[in-house]
Amino acid sequence: MNNLTTYLIISALLFSLGLLGILQRRNLIGMLISVELLLNAANLNFMAFNRFLNPDPVEGQIIALFVMGLAAAEAAIGLSIILALYRKMHSINIEGAQKLKG
Amino acid sequence: MGSSSLQILMQSAFWGTVALTVAGASIAVFPRNILYNVLGLALALAGIAGLYLCLGSFFIAMMQILIYVGAICIAIVFAIMLSSPLHLEVPKRAVPKVALTTVASAVFFTAMVSAALRTDWTPSPDRVLDSSLWSVENIGRALLTRYELVFEVISLVLLVAIIGAAVIAGFSRRLS
Repeated sequence: MNNLTTYLIISALLFSLGLLGILQRRNLIGMLISVELLLNAANLNFMAFNRFLNPDPVEGQIIALFVMGLAAAEAAIGLSIILALYRKMHSINIEGAQKLKG
Repeated sequence: MGSSSLQILMQSAFWGTVALTVAGASIAVFPRNILYNVLGLALALAGIAGLYLCLGSFFIAMMQILIYVGAICIAIVFAIMLSSPLHLEVPKRAVPKVALTTVASAVFFTAMVSAALRTDWTPSPDRVLDSSLWSVENIGRALLTRYELVFEVISLVLLVAIIGAAVIAGFSRRLS
């Protein structure tokens, strides 16, 4: 149970689910949720490699912390863009944003 | 006998956490109702925090719950309530698109799993098996000495993101 391959398979499964979501959703908030899943799968990989292979056990945890901070920043910016779009278009589907094409 | 039953308990806890994570991720992707998606995301993130505990990092598990479940999910719920997409009409999913995306992610999954299974993972030779190196004290010391740049950069990024979010949300209100 507690070996590297198990964690790698779990994180590959999470990443594929996130990829599926980001490709087939048209709701912007749904796409943001899928992006969070992708980031978490990558984070899990970092932690597993850090636990089982890496000589310095601190590095992977610091990378995981950094990714969490970036995800928080990305969620804040993304949600405010979604709110601005909703006020303009009264929809949060991705087709509404094509007005930017000009 | 006592240690073996403890082992079985640990195993079942681990697989229960894995099942919780995968179920949460499925709920986050498949239902059409956006509120279910957020709740599934919260479930999956809590499960991933449990996996971090299984990996031995208490600090990162707590940060996961604090930042992801406590902050990001709540922010998404607020965005849903402010934009009220629940009352809008949801367009149907086109069948060829769903099939293509399923094929794409299945191909990706098989590629990743076969790569993970075929590689011979050997630990680094100068790895130390000392669980005290995973303590919070050690992480804090590293974060303020050797990896100080990471700490400063993440603070700056968060500050810029907060200002940017306030500006974007505020300006759009003034313009529209």
